[in-house]
Amino acid sequence: MKPSDHPDPFKQARIEQGVSEIDDQNDPVNMVLRLKDVRKCAHNWKTYSSEATPGRIVVPSEVNIRDTRQIPFEVDPPKHGAFRQLLDPWFKRPLQDDYRDKLRTQISALIHEVIQQQSIEAIHGFSLLLQSRALTLLMNTPESEADTFISWGTHVFRSEDDPLDAGKAQQLYDYIDQKIDEAEANPSEDLFSTLLAAEVEGQKLTREQIKGIIILTFAGGRDTVINMVTNTLAYLADHPESLKRLREEPEIRTRAIEELIRYFSPLTHMGRVATEDAQVCEHAIKANSRISLCWASANRDETVFENPNEVVLDRKINPHVAFGFATHNCLGATHARTIMQVLIDELCQQVDHIDFVSADENIEQWGKFERKVGYHKLNLAFHPV
Amino acid sequence: MAKITFITKDDNTIVCEADSGSVMELAVQNGVKGIDGDCGGVCSCATCHVHVAPDSVERVGEAGEIEKDMLELDDEANERSRLCCQLEVSDELDGIVLHVAH
Ligand code: HEM
Ligand code: HEM
Ligand code: FES
Repeated sequence: MKPSDHPDPFKQARIEQGVSEIDDQNDPVNMVLRLKDVRKCAHNWKTYSSEATPGRIVVPSEVNIRDTRQIPFEVDPPKHGAFRQLLDPWFKRPLQDDYRDKLRTQISALIHEVIQQQSIEAIHGFSLLLQSRALTLLMNTPESEADTFISWGTHVFRSEDDPLDAGKAQQLYDYIDQKIDEAEANPSEDLFSTLLAAEVEGQKLTREQIKGIIILTFAGGRDTVINMVTNTLAYLADHPESLKRLREEPEIRTRAIEELIRYFSPLTHMGRVATEDAQVCEHAIKANSRISLCWASANRDETVFENPNEVVLDRKINPHVAFGFATHNCLGATHARTIMQVLIDELCQQVDHIDFVSADENIEQWGKFERKVGYHKLNLAFHPV
Repeated sequence: MAKITFITKDDNTIVCEADSGSVMELAVQNGVKGIDGDCGGVCSCATCHVHVAPDSVERVGEAGEIEKDMLELDDEANERSRLCCQLEVSDELDGIVLHVAH
């Protein structure tokens, strides 16, 4: 095995059972493991609802640490659609040229910086910086705000010793409160002001709803983007031939990006609560119990993907669900994909090869499954072209 | 050179011409409303869904198995549905008419 590999821990359970139960704070979860089943359940929001007690569809459950409903994440149709109609245009802004240009300036400067150094720890010295700066573009706030986001560290919600730390989440809520106050006093063109001015179904948003939306852009887009970027760097360091190929064949870059996102699946799974007794591949799901849609397992489904455990850079048909499927598909996907496009372009232009110096893997534990989602530490050395 | 006609949900008709690339790319380049092509054409996002006009169906052909599985869960799907990122522009497609599904 190579140090940048991400093995698939779900294979046997996926093939033999298709569904696997894990415990989580005495509120067990049936993980759905096959691609077709994951898609079907994601599509069937009437039976598998996202609108449960706030925090319950997240695994590990956050029921005990927050009351704010996240929007649109914890809302079912038809209300969900009204929120998406408001939010979708804002989150498609990464397709605009000036957004892309600003992102290119940020990422180009960052690569230029790390090339000068002998070696870097990539998470704190690259991915966290990239993600935080790019987030200021998505929120349309001054780039200097990135310093605040960076100061929070990689995990906005958790401290070193406590995976569910309510105190740590409070600093984010306080920050958001303060920003909403500022936007009320001095409206600007940022996301806070835009949401304050917006209406959904003829009604102004409440402060609680605005908080629910903003918190999600921090929560959903932090670990996921950091892992996507870090894992990409690790892969390219470990596979210099791939960096060379991407440089020589720019036409495969779009496919390569989808393939890397499939392979890494930065979000392992997300839960739903059953509204009635149901069945997933002959496995009984009781009303009011939880299932999870395991994107990471679905993306290695051997009945759909040839050589599922290999990165096939120019994979042509790639029906992955790394950004979810159907109703709740990822609102930040355009931003994430644009980051990847600019990152790959700039690496091809500026970097000849990357040395993989050393790494400390981040392994998630889900019941009996151990899944590598990224790294706690990754030391790399960049070499200019 | 193939001439391809898109008819959007709000009844705009857009006629495009190309000799290579995918039909999705052609639609995106021409700003056809309702065709986003989010995944770049790898059959993962279903934001390129069209209904093929009845008299174009024969030339366009049937969806592959993976594409069919994607379409199965699309509320707008019918027996003439295709994901147009899976259609390569060629002379074969000259003159076809596609109704955008969303
Ligand atoms: C590579 C990076 C990312 C991955 C792999 C990812 C993955 C996902 C997945 C799988 C879902 C579906 C959840 C469900 O069905 O319950 C989702 C939803 C969501 N993501 Fe992302 N995400 C990424 C980046 C982002 C970014 C950058 C943002 C925003 C800043 C974001 C915001 C959201 C939101 C708001 C939702 C909920 C959408 C809804 O309920 O309609 N994500 N994401
Ligand atoms: C207010 C909302 C949220 C809170 C409070 C929250 C909280 C947390 C916490 C406490 C962890 C650490 C779990 C552990 O170590 O066992 C975590 C990890 C993670 N969260 Fe969230 N989360 C939220 C929303 C989301 C959303 C919407 C997404 C994606 C769509 C997301 C993606 C992730 C990912 C990918 C990880 C794993 C990161 C890693 O281990 O490196 N989160 N989150
Ligand atoms: S462009 Fe994504 S499925 Fe066709």
